[in-house]
Amino acid sequence: MLKFLLSRFALLIPTFIGVAIVAFSFIRMIPGDPILLLAGERGMTEERYQQLQAVYGFDQPIYIQFFNYVGDILTGDFGTSVVTKRPVLEEFFTLFPATIELSVCAIIVATAIGIPAGVLAAVKRGTWLDQSIMGTALVGYSMPIFWWGLLLIILFSGILQWTPVSGRISLIYFFPPVTGFMLIDSLLSGQAGAFKSAVSHLVLPTIVLATIPLAVIARQTRSAMLEVLGEDYVRTARSKGLAPNRVIGLHALRNALIPVITTIGLQVGVLLAGAILTETIFSWPGIGKWMVDSVSKRDYAVVQGGLLLIAAVIMIVNLIVDVLYGLINPRIRY
Amino acid sequence: MAQVEARGTDTDPLVAGPVDPWAMRKAMLSEFWFYFSQNKGAVIGLCVFAVIVVVAIFAPVFAPHGPTVQNREALLLPPFWQSGGSGAFPLGTDAVGRDILSRLIYGARFSLFIGIFVVTLSVSSGVLIGLTAGYFRGWIDTAIMRVMDVILAFPSLLLALVLVAILGPGLINAMIAIALILQPHFVRLTRASVLSEREREYVVSSRVAGAGVLRLMFITILPNCLAPLIVQATLAFSSAILDAAALGFLGMGAQPPTPEWGTMLAEAREFILRAWWVVTFPGLAILITVLAINLMGDGLRDALDPKLKRS
Repeated sequence: MLKFLLSRFALLIPTFIGVAIVAFSFIRMIPGDPILLLAGERGMTEERYQQLQAVYGFDQPIYIQFFNYVGDILTGDFGTSVVTKRPVLEEFFTLFPATIELSVCAIIVATAIGIPAGVLAAVKRGTWLDQSIMGTALVGYSMPIFWWGLLLIILFSGILQWTPVSGRISLIYFFPPVTGFMLIDSLLSGQAGAFKSAVSHLVLPTIVLATIPLAVIARQTRSAMLEVLGEDYVRTARSKGLAPNRVIGLHALRNALIPVITTIGLQVGVLLAGAILTETIFSWPGIGKWMVDSVSKRDYAVVQGGLLLIAAVIMIVNLIVDVLYGLINPRIRY
Repeated sequence: MAQVEARGTDTDPLVAGPVDPWAMRKAMLSEFWFYFSQNKGAVIGLCVFAVIVVVAIFAPVFAPHGPTVQNREALLLPPFWQSGGSGAFPLGTDAVGRDILSRLIYGARFSLFIGIFVVTLSVSSGVLIGLTAGYFRGWIDTAIMRVMDVILAFPSLLLALVLVAILGPGLINAMIAIALILQPHFVRLTRASVLSEREREYVVSSRVAGAGVLRLMFITILPNCLAPLIVQATLAFSSAILDAAALGFLGMGAQPPTPEWGTMLAEAREFILRAWWVVTFPGLAILITVLAINLMGDGLRDALDPKLKRS
């Protein structure tokens, strides 16, 4: 097991170096001089220009710049935001809990609805129920989620006035962040109504972000179930006279879940891509909106650092999924 | 099933003496159509997609107004069935008085163009790279696959967003960025099929007969790897439309006043609580187009995937 873990981790290293090269080259591929970009329209004196070149190390040969860059990363220095003047890593850790909170809620909703829907569709194969579940799943899979979010805002925030349009909590509540997760912090604060406000802010973004993973999980569960339901051991269980629910729940579902769990793990990248759009629509202060804002404000230090950190998160989560897959699948032994 | 076997016997070229390539192709096509038309959703998808293609080609004929013509006396007019709406602007007008229906009709051209451009670029480059990796193996393979791993390590939309920031906002750059993020899927798929095909007997015998590397790669192996590639290309077509619309929505794709559907949504955002039609119709157009293509993709998979076909 340890050997497997180490070998998988070793495989990540070349990928991570590649990711670092991409992030490093990014700031050098932007048309124009990065120092002049920093100065903006005011311009700067020749002396100040040379000074800044030395500060950022742009006067060094390119490979030395790269080694310095990797050295900085390994010591936790991901650069400083040009706009806020705060370290990129610090901003990342301030905003990341908001994205985690949203993503975790979305994946819980997607799993809690997607797996039963897929099982139901497989068990009732060919009926109108199967067709309507799979039809709905295909619509969800084809959904432009930025539009879906706007529609939900029109309906629930505009016409029905049930939910707020944007943000994580109503402005009348204020408490210092403890965990960074608004649901937990609002409960800890003890302020009446704070938790309810946090939940009402979370509902629409969660639905929007859960839509595509939900559709993918439902489709995957159905096809995995169909495959398993045709297996000999399911027929044996049935012919033994076990109750249908027991056969489906215990014998079939447990085996069908193995590929489904991999699918759920692979949704992390989809969730982070979806978070870019969802957070922008609902002004959710997470890393997706942070990246979009930084791109539009041309805060390239943040884009560079953020790109690297987000890729690292995805790679680590994929590694965890791989290991979990080995743990739950007795057919794989390391 | 019996129907297909019966069809197979009267046109089966392998039994009936010398092979007539046309008859064989016809038989393959009719078998393909048989499985494809079994899937009702796929046929509906195909019909809807055909309508969209016709509308896009003949946009000037169908559109009642020009896509960028502003009517100062008709700002934010609702659709014709609501009070205040007018038959001259069936789906209403936007904030500067442009007819939404006409913009949607012209927008279909952009969406189809985006799909075709991105799929052509990503399939041709992906297949070429995948063939190279799978055929030559060794360090070339390792190097190529590590580069693909790096591209896949980023969330696709984020990478596209950053690439467009480097290249500069605009439709062409957005399409190039999307092609780049979709291409690793084709590389992986082609490589996997080539790896399973290259040791098969027909390839070995062709090699023994003296076929050159290019002939083996493109004429012997590639046609036998096409089925999964076609299905993946359909999915890439719909993802390309969705991603381009998303980039347009974030202000990084097609720039106003281009009637691209995502860009139209971005312009409409500030009116969502005042004029629902400005927001609803462009998104609906994206959804219908993407849904039609995905329905077709499901049908293609049923018709082309031999594993699912016989079950």
